[in-house]
Amino acid sequence: MSGATVPTPVAPSYVLTVNGTEHGVDASWLGESLLHVLRERLGLPGSKAGCEQGECGSCSVLVDGDLVCACLVLAAAAVGTEITTVEGLADERGTFTDVQQAFVDAGAVQCGFCTPGLVVAVHDLLDRVPEPTDLEVREALSGNLCRCTGYGRVVAAVEAAVAVRTSGGAP
Amino acid sequence: MSEVGTGSRTGVGTGTPGGVGTGAPRPDGGPKVRGEFAFSGDLWADGMLWGATLRSPHASARIRSIDVGPALAVPGVVAVVTAEDLPGSRYYGLEHRDQPVFAWEVVRYVGEPVAAVAADHPETARRALAAIVVDYEVTTPVLDAEEALVGPDLHPDGNTFRHMWVRRGDPDARGPVVVEGTYELGMQDQAFMGPEAGLARPTPDGGIDLVVSTQWLHNDRDQVAECLGLPPERVRLSLGGVGGAFGGREDVSLQVHAALLAQVTERPVKVVYSREESFLGHVHRHPARIWMRHSAEPDGRLVSFEARIVLDGGAYRSSSYHVVANAACFAAGPYVTPNAVVEGVGVRTNNPPCGAMRGFGAVQVCFAHEAQMDRLAAACDVDPVALRLTNAMASGDRLLTGQVVDGALPVAEVIRATAALPLPPAAGSEPMGRPGAAGLTTDAGDVVRATGFAVGFKNLMYAEGYDDDSHAACRLEAGLVTVTCAAAEVGQGFVTLAQQIAREVLGVDDVLLAPADTAIGSAGSTSASRQTWMSGGAVEKACREVRAEVVARVAAATGAAEADLRLRAGRVVSDGGAVPVDLSLAAVTAEEPVEASVRFQHRTTFPLDADGQGDAHVSMACAAHRAVVDVDPDLGLVRVVQVATAQDAGRVLNPTAALGQVEGGISQGVGLATMEEVVLADGAPRNASFTDYLIPTTLDVPEVVVDWVEVPEPDAPFGAKGVGEPPVISSTPAVVAAVRAATGRPLTRVPMAPAAVAGVGDAGDGEEG
Ligand code: FES
Ligand code: FES
Repeated sequence: MSGATVPTPVAPSYVLTVNGTEHGVDASWLGESLLHVLRERLGLPGSKAGCEQGECGSCSVLVDGDLVCACLVLAAAAVGTEITTVEGLADERGTFTDVQQAFVDAGAVQCGFCTPGLVVAVHDLLDRVPEPTDLEVREALSGNLCRCTGYGRVVAAVEAAVAVRTSGGAP
Repeated sequence: MSEVGTGSRTGVGTGTPGGVGTGAPRPDGGPKVRGEFAFSGDLWADGMLWGATLRSPHASARIRSIDVGPALAVPGVVAVVTAEDLPGSRYYGLEHRDQPVFAWEVVRYVGEPVAAVAADHPETARRALAAIVVDYEVTTPVLDAEEALVGPDLHPDGNTFRHMWVRRGDPDARGPVVVEGTYELGMQDQAFMGPEAGLARPTPDGGIDLVVSTQWLHNDRDQVAECLGLPPERVRLSLGGVGGAFGGREDVSLQVHAALLAQVTERPVKVVYSREESFLGHVHRHPARIWMRHSAEPDGRLVSFEARIVLDGGAYRSSSYHVVANAACFAAGPYVTPNAVVEGVGVRTNNPPCGAMRGFGAVQVCFAHEAQMDRLAAACDVDPVALRLTNAMASGDRLLTGQVVDGALPVAEVIRATAALPLPPAAGSEPMGRPGAAGLTTDAGDVVRATGFAVGFKNLMYAEGYDDDSHAACRLEAGLVTVTCAAAEVGQGFVTLAQQIAREVLGVDDVLLAPADTAIGSAGSTSASRQTWMSGGAVEKACREVRAEVVARVAAATGAAEADLRLRAGRVVSDGGAVPVDLSLAAVTAEEPVEASVRFQHRTTFPLDADGQGDAHVSMACAAHRAVVDVDPDLGLVRVVQVATAQDAGRVLNPTAALGQVEGGISQGVGLATMEEVVLADGAPRNASFTDYLIPTTLDVPEVVVDWVEVPEPDAPFGAKGVGEPPVISSTPAVVAAVRAATGRPLTRVPMAPAAVAGVGDAGDGEEG
């Protein structure tokens, strides 16, 4: 994307599979995190860089179905995996997942910086635990910091999404 | 789970879908949940460089020399700039320009910018910073505010940002019951989630375009222009998506650095702070040491109040001058206090600069006055809630400044409403739900449950004669409404409110919001709970002017009486009258758009006199909080189980958004009570990361129960008061009061260290001496 010179050592070109699409990464620096490559090289800035230390969860993505902090994964080490980012959650552009819709409806979004990471984390939780208790929700999301909402509407959104799913709404 | 109370919200809306009084969803909610919303750190431009800042590792030092040569020699580095490269002013500052853009002869705090680089890759930029050679002669820092007050000047402006008195009534008056205490607050950080970021681009006319996350575009624009030596009109600022602010973006951070690098390199430059740099690069909440003495009649009625408030403002002034005034003016809390002597001081030290943070001076004094009210209740042997009701201020009473509160101030109402909210059920059996949560350390039998109560208030909007205003424009063309206002949306929800107001006034569903930038007049700062009133008022005024013009136009064309015309569902219709009208707004404005551009002001305020007396404030808002905590007194662990609150909102314009503000504010208040502090060692922040600076997680926040007290504010648009700040003010003392009740310890410092809660070691508990 930038075409700039980069610090040595330059990584050999590699391919990342993100949201079902293969992306070539050329002339990058070997030390770049998956988060940096997604945001700065692949034009996928949906995952946010809140701390780059694995503490805030704003960069949460799925790698082979596991929830990880993209800031802690070396991009070159993600070759051969299936990466899903917030941009890949909805089937097609312009539609919302049930969780995304619940976030909007419940008022779980304020500044929204934490939101993409939270949405990915909630999808991961509900795929593993379809009907979590309140404490299970809170434990599962305790790695996703939000400074604006105090989490009240976030937890309400998760409950609303669970209610829709258990009442037969599409997962 | 949170519940919404049943406060009346009737009488606000006129039924327009998504209008005022409804829980209209955010217009940016969709893009935000899909990851498509562009925050300032998400920007990108062709040929873009990365900027980075070199910061002082010392709290106090002389700079003997700076050698940028080795950094320029790093391949990929395009420019290195220092103070020497500034074409204009070398200083910036929110209210007073006392802060160097880059330090040159001396550095005054750890983290002070010294140089900046632009390079082709963020890693190259980091390496270049490491290659800059700064020869420092380290000097002894002054890190204690009382020491700085009497010591040598740390800056040509001296060490006192403000020293003021508020004197009212008889200074010698004394009631028979006297309580006294000294209280301390650590340095809290705004800790917004989106680190500072911006993209500066040179323009063909030699100016700069800067997209940045900020709270006040126009003030930033003026500071950037002064430092770059450009006329303001050649510097254009636009709001990049803001990932939270809470006061921490009122001051300029990277704005000048990015703009200068773009000017020098003639290329776009993007700067994104790391989390550590974010902690180093913005102002914090003032740490405070506060002494208070109250005297009262045996029934608890206040007779006298004395206070000395010392705020450590750190190395530069920022908004310290006005934080001191807020702390002094509201030191007694929302209680009728006939006789008072208050001394307020803001001091320069070699600690990191402090400035605006949500609650702005009221947070610090509320922690102290509420502890005092509990002491007084104990000394008079009356119930703490009853004592607060005895002294509660109401509309018509006077502030410490002598000003009569002529707007709504329902203090007794918020106290009663809060006290009436339901208590939480008894603790469950889940270990995860106990104090210590994921640590799973607390046995169920050790848990002590207790409650605490607190009340707080503060002013809304700017004070002391500041000529505060906001500009907005409304354009109706071919039936489409576009609202323009430079108010910074920082997450609080102005974008939703602006749409609601336009829908309400113009009777339309679809309202387009133009981007916020400096092409229109200033909207002022998104702070001081002022945008609902100020920019909400400006939008309302602009929309009403457009409505009036539409009505006049239709009346002229049809012969209908203006009074008979209504705007509803995108149409102009007659409501009675001899001439039936039913025209679409699209048809009415197809040929010629209707446009209004307005300036909105609140009433005039005045400076305080030498005794701190005067009509300095526009309006006040209050809230009460009741906290329920579970404490493990042996381990010093606290779980805040529930916080109940009633908030004085004037009118609730968006119940969903207002609830979010209350829950978010309470989580920050709980954070200050239990965990949040920037810990300094020799002036250096020791915990500039989310590993070590702890903010509440989903497991730390309590259940929140909210009720609204809606007494419309006479001068405010739709009667609404801003609800951004009151939630954070008295939540902290309520939590601490509850922990005091659980442990019997005085707990005069926040955040409460576990050792202080457990009463072991030298835990900074501040036992009264
Ligand atoms: S940016 Fe990855 S966890 Fe914070
Ligand atoms: S909405 Fe702002 S950080 Fe969560």
